[in-house]
Amino acid sequence: MSFPDTVLLDYGSGGKASQRLISELFLKHFDNATLNRLDDAAMLDLSGPLAVSTDSFTVDPLFFPGGDIGSLAIHGTVNDVAMLGARPMYLSCAMIVEEGLPFSTLEAVVRSMAEASRHAGAQIVTGDTKVVPKGAVDKLFINTTGLGLVQTASPPQGDRARPGDAILLTGTMGDHGLTILSQRQGLEFETPVQSDSAALNHMLLDLVESVGEVHVLRDPTRGGLATTLNEIALQSNLGFVIEEKAVPVSDAVRSGCSFLGLDPLYLANEGKAICIVPEDRLDAALACLRSHDEGRQACRVGTVTEDHPGKVVLQTPIGGKRLLDMLEGEQLPRIC
Amino acid sequence: MQPTPCSRQRFVVNGRVQGVGFRPFVYRLALDHALSGFVQNTSEGVVIEVQGLEDGIGRFAVDLEKQLPPLAQLTSIQTETLSPHDTPETSFHILSSSGGEGHEVLISPDVATCPECLAELRDPSDPRYQYPFINCTNCGPRYTITRSIPYDRVSTSMACFPLCSRCRAEYEDPLDRRFHAQPNACPHCGPRVWMISATGHAVSDDGPVLAEAARWLARGKILAIKGLGGFHLACLATSETAVARLRQRKHRFGKPLAVMVPDLASAHRIVRINGAEATWLSGIVRPIVVCEKKASTLLAGDIAPDTDSAGVMLPYTPLHHVLLDELRGLLPQGSVPALVMTSGNLSSEPIALGNREARHRLHSIADGFVFHNRDILIRCDDSVVRIHPDTANPVWYRRARGMTPSPVFLPRSGPCVLGTGPALKATLCLTKSDQAFVSQHIGDLENLETYGFYKEIAEHLQHILQVEPQLVVHDLHPDYLSSGFANERPEEVVAVQHHVAHIYSVLAENQCTEPALGLALDGTGLGDDGTLWGGEALHVRPEAASYARLGHFMPVGLPGGEAAILEPWRMARSYLASLGASSPSGRRWPWLDNFAPADGVLGQMLVKGVNVPQTTSCGRLFDAVAGLLGIAERIAYEGQAAIRLEACQDLRVDTGYPCSWIDKEDRCVLNTLELFAAVHRDWQAGEPVGRISRRFHLGLSQGLADWVAALADRSGVRIVGLSGGVFQNITLQRLLVPLLERHGLTVLVHTELPPNDACIALGQAYYGQNLLRCRDVLPQP
Ligand SMILES: [Fe+3]
Ligand SMILES: [Mg+2]
Ligand SMILES: [Zn+2]
Ligand SMILES: [Zn+2]
Repeated sequence: MSFPDTVLLDYGSGGKASQRLISELFLKHFDNATLNRLDDAAMLDLSGPLAVSTDSFTVDPLFFPGGDIGSLAIHGTVNDVAMLGARPMYLSCAMIVEEGLPFSTLEAVVRSMAEASRHAGAQIVTGDTKVVPKGAVDKLFINTTGLGLVQTASPPQGDRARPGDAILLTGTMGDHGLTILSQRQGLEFETPVQSDSAALNHMLLDLVESVGEVHVLRDPTRGGLATTLNEIALQSNLGFVIEEKAVPVSDAVRSGCSFLGLDPLYLANEGKAICIVPEDRLDAALACLRSHDEGRQACRVGTVTEDHPGKVVLQTPIGGKRLLDMLEGEQLPRIC
Repeated sequence: MQPTPCSRQRFVVNGRVQGVGFRPFVYRLALDHALSGFVQNTSEGVVIEVQGLEDGIGRFAVDLEKQLPPLAQLTSIQTETLSPHDTPETSFHILSSSGGEGHEVLISPDVATCPECLAELRDPSDPRYQYPFINCTNCGPRYTITRSIPYDRVSTSMACFPLCSRCRAEYEDPLDRRFHAQPNACPHCGPRVWMISATGHAVSDDGPVLAEAARWLARGKILAIKGLGGFHLACLATSETAVARLRQRKHRFGKPLAVMVPDLASAHRIVRINGAEATWLSGIVRPIVVCEKKASTLLAGDIAPDTDSAGVMLPYTPLHHVLLDELRGLLPQGSVPALVMTSGNLSSEPIALGNREARHRLHSIADGFVFHNRDILIRCDDSVVRIHPDTANPVWYRRARGMTPSPVFLPRSGPCVLGTGPALKATLCLTKSDQAFVSQHIGDLENLETYGFYKEIAEHLQHILQVEPQLVVHDLHPDYLSSGFANERPEEVVAVQHHVAHIYSVLAENQCTEPALGLALDGTGLGDDGTLWGGEALHVRPEAASYARLGHFMPVGLPGGEAAILEPWRMARSYLASLGASSPSGRRWPWLDNFAPADGVLGQMLVKGVNVPQTTSCGRLFDAVAGLLGIAERIAYEGQAAIRLEACQDLRVDTGYPCSWIDKEDRCVLNTLELFAAVHRDWQAGEPVGRISRRFHLGLSQGLADWVAALADRSGVRIVGLSGGVFQNITLQRLLVPLLERHGLTVLVHTELPPNDACIALGQAYYGQNLLRCRDVLPQP
């Protein structure tokens, strides 16, 4: 059976067309015993503390250097689950498709999701597809929910930072945000930029298991490093001092941001984690992170302090201490 | 036999009457007129009761106001007739202060060394010969050493220096110049100076410390010197290498450095000084006065490389006097003893005030440190002023030491309001009845240290004024730390737009309560429509606490937000894009040498509108012109592009470019694009930059004047208030004000506060007072 070139409204009707879409697209690629049963709900046998996270993905464009909406929908949710020190095991996937989307596009996204979930070691066990009239959504929206088993008795949490803890990053900042912005606007830089979209669960599980005590894990997605650190500082009611020089930013992102007048510390990341560990676990944590591809550039960027609770302070190279604030909205000039 | 007392009168006096020799003055006055009674500092103010013959009391009352000591200033005198005491006092007494809440008495600003003290300082037979802390009731530290009120020795950083018997005798003698001079001290009992090298070694020398310091300076070394309101970094201002080294170590490039010379005669050798400038230079405030450099100046070229002017000041503490006297003795005949005296801080941090803090923060800059052990309790930078060449009015650039905490008088009394100020050049303002207390210059609120200083001053001002704000007013920009500070406070909070605050500020200073037009020419401030304003014609009605935006500059893109403010060429590119030019034609754009890749991306950003907020800023128009003319690509300090543009004018040119206005819906838009197009045409044709700059200044002034006059006619308003950082450009002030006056308008300008963002807090507070008054008048819904 072959499909027409574009997705028609019928595919979301619940009739034969829908059936065909499910069996010949989703089952074919997502293929696993739980999903294949096609019951109203997936039956899972889990016991112990669970981590659950859900996210909707509406990225424009659907395909970008370093990934696409499909892999992003898996990585985003898998990473959120992993940030609790959990092993992501099962995923749901709900799609809202705009009528007229080229079928090849949809298939490419599904293929990418399948591959990303396989790589992350999490199965897509339930799903849903709706097709809506042209203009009701922009091409394709995906929601995923992830379910995982927490692997540690004291899972990392936002309020667990302690004075003296070391603050680590697993890699460079701003890659995803700048890539999406430049792709969406069709901007060309001399040096191309690429999204960092990646599943971090294997690395983070290794970290939690081998280092033992990891106080905080958080992925600096929307709002970037600056916003996420502020959230954690508020939750922990402690101050964070970040060494500006130590924050890794790729040359391409740095120069792109300087052209655009954007601060990479406020741009989204999709394959990076902030790790806060006791100072005496710093070396072990860095060694563990750096042994994984996703953490080759892991480094320490700062320290948790009792001073100025709830605030993030950027130590600048010439010795100043700039307050790195959460912004009300977009980056608007503050200088006069 | 004693004369029969016929009358007794009570006076309650308020104003600047503490620590300025006011009570001894009253004492002497009472003796002169043969009156008995007392004078006392109380929580109501200074209370005086005199008893004696009626005409004696009458003459006393007249002299009380007419013969005030130099630093005293009265804001109110209440009198009350009492029944005479049956058993009259035998004499007149100065009673010790009674503390208490609700003090009305003001702390005086710090005052430059008076002539009497200076004479003693230089008199080898005087016990205070060359003593760096000599002072009296007419001079010396006040605001910077006072922790709390009332202003008494115990509440100052002199508390830890018990007076020796000599000093105590002076302190207690009502007829002595040092009667109740709280910081009174001498070499036996007072603070002392010492010096260490950057590595922490005590500088061993037999001679006095300041002579050694002068030797270091004469050799080209950089010293961190503890002064009155903080540390200075000092080096020889006549040495190119010393100045270059200081700039390098301080990371301060291009921005003018202030210079201290021992006296007016030395000042005359490096800058031109007119009468008004001389008065300010040698007065008690002793600010840095920006004067025109002499063509053959002896100063190092890098003191103020972008302008024809230089900031000069005379010594204002005995320590400075001794240091410069020593330096003069070391230098060869014919040279000018001149020291760079720049704030002792790293760029963008507040001035250092503690010895340990200074060592920690300045060790990478200074070769040595001159310390003393009189603590600075309140930081206060030097004030900076320029004298308007036509009006002789002060145009303030920075208002701090010598001015703070003198109030600005408002047209009316009102409830206490706190204005939390802007983000850059921050100040705070608290009102108390009809007085507005604007803090000293605090700095740019980006750093933790500066923000800490800001919060400290907010608390300090509230404490010394003993007020509780009813309302807190902040800027509309949600990400300013000053807005965040406001929102963390328990009081009711309102926001007011940046340029509206600018205009309320100039109205407040001029005690204007009438409807007025406001012309705000500024950098950028967030507007109520989400775009960035900065070239605005506003109709402001203080009584209604309202405003309307009548017109503005032609909106253009600000490509890259803050990046466009730091790189003026971006603004040139943006104006060109608005004119439809997306690539050079005829003449190559000057920035293509250094910014070609960025220019490529900028072109795409402008077309696609990526991070290109719209702005009506006047400052950015100056940037665009400077950028196009190739005189500023990336700025090293705020306003550098406009400063260079102003400095390069060819004054022989007398015709300006056209700059008309267009009605667009309910707004009247100044056609600044037309003006820029004319600049571009002349630049294309290869006109010299000096001629273009002059034509631009002339054209903009004429365009502004006609535009404002038309708006004034439409709205029936005859008063125009001018505010905003662009008015630090003296050329524009000199051209625009007479043109507006020729249109029959009354023009209000800033003379008490800087026109830049340092005035925002006052405008916010004045707006807040008006808002509260409106609520009282109008019934609440
Ligand atoms: Fe402003
Ligand atoms: Mg999520
Ligand atoms: Zn004196
Ligand atoms: Zn003494």
